[in-house]
Parts: sequence; structure tokens; C-alpha cells
Amino acid sequence: MAQVSLRKIVKEYEGGVQAVKGIDLEIADHEFVVLVGPSGCGKSTTLRMIAGLEEITSGEIAIGGQVVNDIPPRDRDIAMVFQNYALYPHMSVYENMGFGLTLRKFPKDEIRRRVENAARILDIGNLLDRKPKALSGGQRQRVAMGRAIVRDPKVFLFDEPLSNLDAKLRVQMRTEIKKVHQTVKTTTVYVTHDQVEAMTLADRVVVMNQGIIEQVGAPQELYHHPATRFVAGFIGSPAMNFIPARLENGAGALRMHLPNDIVLPVPASRTQRYAPHAGREVLFGIRPEHLTEVRATDKPNIATFQATPEVVEPMGMETLVHFWMQGAEVCARLDPAVPVEPGRPLTMAADLDQMHLIDPVSGRVL
Amino acid sequence: MSGASVTRGAVAPPTYYKVGSIKRERRWALIGAYAALAVFVVFFLTPPFYMLVTSLKSSGEIADLSGNPWIVSSPTLENYRELLTQGNYVTHFLNSVIVTLAVVAITMVISIFAAFALSRMRFWGSTMLATGVFLTYLVPETLLFIPLFQIIGGLGLYNNLLAMILIYPTLTVPFTTWIMIGYFASIPKELDEAALIDGANHFQMLWKIFIPVALPGILAAMIFAFTVSWAQFLYPMAFLVSSEQMVLTVGIVSDLIRGDTFQWGKIMAGALMAAAPPLLVYAFLMDYYIAGLTAGATKG
Repeated sequence: MAQVSLRKIVKEYEGGVQAVKGIDLEIADHEFVVLVGPSGCGKSTTLRMIAGLEEITSGEIAIGGQVVNDIPPRDRDIAMVFQNYALYPHMSVYENMGFGLTLRKFPKDEIRRRVENAARILDIGNLLDRKPKALSGGQRQRVAMGRAIVRDPKVFLFDEPLSNLDAKLRVQMRTEIKKVHQTVKTTTVYVTHDQVEAMTLADRVVVMNQGIIEQVGAPQELYHHPATRFVAGFIGSPAMNFIPARLENGAGALRMHLPNDIVLPVPASRTQRYAPHAGREVLFGIRPEHLTEVRATDKPNIATFQATPEVVEPMGMETLVHFWMQGAEVCARLDPAVPVEPGRPLTMAADLDQMHLIDPVSGRVL
Repeated sequence: MSGASVTRGAVAPPTYYKVGSIKRERRWALIGAYAALAVFVVFFLTPPFYMLVTSLKSSGEIADLSGNPWIVSSPTLENYRELLTQGNYVTHFLNSVIVTLAVVAITMVISIFAAFALSRMRFWGSTMLATGVFLTYLVPETLLFIPLFQIIGGLGLYNNLLAMILIYPTLTVPFTTWIMIGYFASIPKELDEAALIDGANHFQMLWKIFIPVALPGILAAMIFAFTVSWAQFLYPMAFLVSSEQMVLTVGIVSDLIRGDTFQWGKIMAGALMAAAPPLLVYAFLMDYYIAGLTAGATKG
């Protein structure tokens, strides 16, 4: 019984700045939900409102069915992991983890049992006597998680917990967090600006932008079926290419007129969907992984065009090439076996089954 | 441009500077440091040394102008013995201890609570209040003792030791509050938020998190409050008249100077013993203070 419900949540700061503009979100019991978005999108504010660290201007937050708007953080039965760990510097690891239980007057042996159990899950049993300053960043992060686990709360809240770690440790701790969640199964709300973290950890990802929710969905769903241009551009790395195009209905078939006199046919499966938009300016969106060199593809629905790479970035497992189409930068991921060099034209193949058309005015994916 | 390209690679440019050696530079730095420190030590230890020498002389030897004033010919502890057995010196000493302990305690309680509120609980006018606290520190005590005289008189505390316990905090609280605001402000906000979520109320947050974390700052503030109240001269001078109510600073002056007769030996002995407590406090608390500071500095 620990679902979290946000209903029409608004956060307005003094001076009328709205950080969160009326969001609705239902988080199920045991679910791992990641709030992701660029800085200033309201994701941290939302998390802090769930924690009770930030007052709600209007709307309603319920945890486990109980409205918590006016309940102080300590009575919400939540635990939070902060970006800078927020360990108490004068306490040992053991005291840090047991602090919440001590304040709640748990018996000593129960505290010991819980701390040792959490220490075993996180593999920090040998650090219990140390002070935080004698720990590495990754160890501190584990202790911060341990402090949350021992409380056995209804909800875990993570506020960018991996941002202070180096890249290698971040990947390692990401796996660790997922493992912990699979063990304790506590409902989790996790905030990050890193879409890779969001994709890898979440049962459901909530993409936020400028105080509103752009889209909620499973990672694969967001990747394959983004609802807006923002989500399409935010999820996936390198980001999706957006090329200005014009949708024309000619000789009974829909065509996209791209810059550089490139004309691509709309695949038959999409004709019906896009037909109402014929004659309009659109954005043609396609991910770099769906743009390849023509000889290296076996996809059925491809369209080919000529492009001249201007920048070539060999990555080992793939080669990224960048070219420009009337001001729009386009990136493609090529098989490293394909010989490419800047300035030498290539025949590119676009996998049109993976394309998206976006209304440039509303930003909606058509 | 062209000059540089001609010389490059042809001949090494002449060195116009002396090639340094880390060892030699370090030696010179050390010599400089020792020399400066020696001057400093001589300058500041000369008065206490002269006090010590004088305190060990008999009145006759002090009055004798023929000998070298820096040397004791027949050392005696008579001045110390008389101070501790006759007169009110011991009373003055105890008075000073009582006032100082009370003032340090009152100061720390007020300034820790005030600083916690001013640095953490945002409320209407809190920024203005914080500035106001510091501004009161800038008002000189010589200006304050006239209105304070009225207040103390009105309370019937004239010539009463309790008045000192009431007045000294007006000197110490503003500055210690200011120090504590700075210390509390340096404690990351997430620490209180973590404590709030862990289940602490504001008082527990202060007691279990803020005070232990800000201990170096609290010690610094305590040392300040101690020094100010131990050495305070103007207020006891103005408000205390009978010898048994006096603290050391004014007691020595009023009891050991009779008209134009200065009992130099006892004055020096009394002043030396009066300087002992601050010395002890500094010697012990400084260790903790510095340990706290360096621990903070090297925290990764």
C-alpha cells in the first residue's frame, strides 16, 4: 500500500514564477519511476514536494492513499537520498544509518539488526565504524542508500544521487540501485537529468519540461513512440535529427521534400496517418541509428539520398558522421567497416519505418 | 616576432635570473620566519617578563633605584602570599570566575539559538535582524554605559555582581551570534533536510546535528565570550563600588592602589595570576579549535 498520487500539483515561488504547473501522476506500489528533464524543468521541486521539503501551492499529494499536504516530512514515512549524500559528518556510518531509527526510539537490537541487514545488502559491513570523511564517493553513496533502506519506508526518493560520481562509478552504482530495488521492492521516485539513467532504471519514465509532464511511459515506449518533439529529442543519444521538410501529395503518393532537393516517399503504412497534413511544413525526425550507409542496411523500407559528411567521429563500435542540410545538423551512426572521410559524398539510407513527423508549431508528433 | 624566430634553436637565450633551488629557498624562508617570530616574541613577552620579575621583588627592592630593574636579587613569594591570604583578591578572583562562566553560558545559549533561527528559519525580517545584530556590536561600550547606568539603577542592581552577568552579554552576544550565523550557514542545507526526513524536530536538529558539526565555531565563539568578560574593565569600573562585589580587573586597581601609593609587587603578582585562566583556556581549547578547523579544511 504505497502508491504515490500527484493531483494537479502547482508550485509557485514568490514573484509568481511557476516551477511546476499542475501535474498529475499516479505511481503504483513497488514501481520505480524516474523523473527526467533538463535543469529547471521542475523535477527536483516535484520530488521535494513529495518529501515535504517544499510546500505545495495547490493540488494534492497522497502517499499510500493518505493525503500528505500538511504532514511534515518526518511523518510521511519516506526516505530520501541526496545528490551530495548529506551524511552527518560527526557520526560513524553505523550512527548515520541508525539515526532515523534512534530518533523514532527503536530498540537498540532492532536498530543493529536493520543496520547490519542494510550493510549486507550494500556490501558496506566493514565500514560501519568509519566517519563519512574516510569514505570514497561511491561508499558515501552506499551509506546514504543504507540510511534510506534501514527505515523501511513506504517510498524511496532519490534526488540525482549519482551526479557527484565519476562516470565509471556511476554505471556501477546504477546497477547497484536497480539491484537494491529488486531486493526491497520499495516504491521509488528517482530524479535525474541523465536520460541514460532514466532509461536503464525506470519501470516508467516521466519526462518533464518547463514545469509540465511531456510524456509518461516505459523506456522503450518513449524511445519508439515519443509524443512530442521535446521527448523525441531528449531520449536517445546522440539525439534524434530534426530536418525541416514539406509534406506534399503528388501523383497519389505522399512525399517529403527535404532540403538539398531530397525527396523521400512516405511509407504506405503511414500514408493514412499523415494524409491530413499534406501541404504543410513539418519536421522530419529520424534517429542517428536509423540513418546508415546504403550498403550496410537490410531494412525493407529505406529511402536513399546523397550526403557529404563534414565531421567524422570514429567510436570503435560505430562511426558517427555529421552533415548539414540547410542549417540542420544531421548525425548518422555508421558501421565502422564503412570507409568514410570528410568531404567525400556517401549514399545514405533512412529507415523510414522508424521515422517521425512533427508539427513544428505545436511540437506534437503527428 | 622575427627576433624570436631567429634565436630559436640557434643559441640558448641567456638567463637573466638565478636558477633557484627548493632547498635553498626553503632555508631562507625558515630563517626569515624565525627572525620575524623572534622579534614578535621579544616584543610581546617583555611586559609579562617584567611583571614576573617585579612580582618576585620585595617592596624595598622595587623602590631601590640603584640595581638593574630586570634582575631580582632576593626573590620572594611574599607578594603572592599576601594577595592570597589578606585582602579581597580571592573574592575578586571568584567573582570574575562566576561572572565569566555565567556570561559564557548565557551568551552561548542565546547566540546558538539566535544564529540557528537567523540562518535556517526564513521568516519575515530575518535578514534585517541578522544585520541588526551585527550593527549593535558596532556601538561602543563607552556610549552605552550611561543609558545602562539608568537601567541598572532602575533594576536596583547598582553595585551588584549580578548586573555584570546581565550587561556583559550585550557585548558578547552580537559578535558570537555573527560568528555562529557564519558557521551554521556553511552547513549544507541537505543536512537539515536529511535530519527532517529522518524524523528530527528543529530542536533535535540543532542539538544532534548543528551543534556537533559547528563545534569549532562554537569553541571560537566561547573563547571570544570568555576573553571579553574576563577582561572587561569599563562596566565593572562604572557599576561596582564596594570591594567584595568587584571583579579582578577593577579589584586589583582599586584595592592595591591607595591614593598615590602603588603596591607594584602585588599589582604585578595579581595581574599575572589573573592572566592564568585565559592562558589555560587558550592552551586547551586552541587544540580542539585548530583540530576542528583542519578537519573541515581537508574534508574531501
